[in-house]
Amino acid sequence: MGKEVSESCVESLLTEIVSSYGTRFYANKPELAARRIEAIGYQDAGYYYGLVLDRYTMERPRFSDHLEAIKFICKDFWSELFKKQIDNLKTNHRGTFVLQDNQFRWLSHMSIDPSPENSGSTQDPSAMAENKAAEAASMHLYFPCGIIRGALSNLGIPCAVSADISNLPACEFLSLSALN
Amino acid sequence: FEETKAQHSPFTSMAPVAPRSGDVIFASVERVNAELFTLTYGAIVRQLITDLEEVEEVNKQLDQMGYNIGIRLIDEFLAKSNVSRCVDFKETAEVIAKVGFKMFLGVTASVTNWDAEGTCCSLILEDNPLVDFVELPETCQGLYYCNILSGVVRGALEMVSMKTEVTWLRDMLRGDDAFELQVKLLKQVPEEYPYKDDE
Repeated sequence: MGKEVSESCVESLLTEIVSSYGTRFYANKPELAARRIEAIGYQDAGYYYGLVLDRYTMERPRFSDHLEAIKFICKDFWSELFKKQIDNLKTNHRGTFVLQDNQFRWLSHMSIDPSPENSGSTQDPSAMAENKAAEAASMHLYFPCGIIRGALSNLGIPCAVSADISNLPACEFLSLSALN
Repeated sequence: FEETKAQHSPFTSMAPVAPRSGDVIFASVERVNAELFTLTYGAIVRQLITDLEEVEEVNKQLDQMGYNIGIRLIDEFLAKSNVSRCVDFKETAEVIAKVGFKMFLGVTASVTNWDAEGTCCSLILEDNPLVDFVELPETCQGLYYCNILSGVVRGALEMVSMKTEVTWLRDMLRGDDAFELQVKLLKQVPEEYPYKDDE
């Protein structure tokens, strides 16, 4: 067990990136904010992944196929990041994978503030507040999507990753890649 | 029976609860690999440099982000440490160095270089998880890589009614031999009790 920090340090950083990019740097351009947040995750994975891989695969050769690589993400990599494995993995055997985490750590610990931050009005209908909460939640997911995309990319699998939180607290990460 | 007159907030509990040490708290919180933290922070700084371009602007934003984090982290700190509100700045500095840094970053700092009035001191960090494996490229002259930390300290202290100026005197990434954070107390607003004593 190497050096550690409190989990709240990492979560604080993530909450703050989402807040800074979402409400300060690109306040009215959520897509741009999302891309930047995802890029941070992607880069992070690039460095972090190298460390994790060294720890686990000193004797192992490169993964023989796509499925083996994804399994590594689901088990070893996910455990390093979230202290648990992916709960459920689905695939259509044609390059699409769905990684389901039934209790995604970073969402369950974050207090997602449903109150609209930038609007001046104090009379937002509850529906709009709910939308804002959903938007905030999805902003928080761009980072882990970037991490997964970065990790897979390091494993030689370029892909696109998106998240689905229609079944909170479960979170599904969808990885789409070209068939090779 | 008579309650001893509380020096700090009137809301301290009846039975005195001993403040918990940094080690004890750190052992009790959820922890993650420091590498995840270090590398995530590194990725953030790199992205900020790409997006903001000017090093001064990056310094400013890191400080602002730190401030935003600090004003929230103070709640966790107060809740977990059982430290009653410090009125004395000297005590405050020690608590930050031994309890605050320890419970979040897993490392302690030392407090030195007090001025005569007791309103300015330095926190020295020998071990700094933010900077493991980090080397500043030539193009980042003027970057205060750890500026998020100065913001955190400033934000947290503001929430306990201490207005401070927090600056880096020494930075190992800039070639110095330690990380030295100067904390200068500018103004302390004494806590106002919401209830009168005789009511």
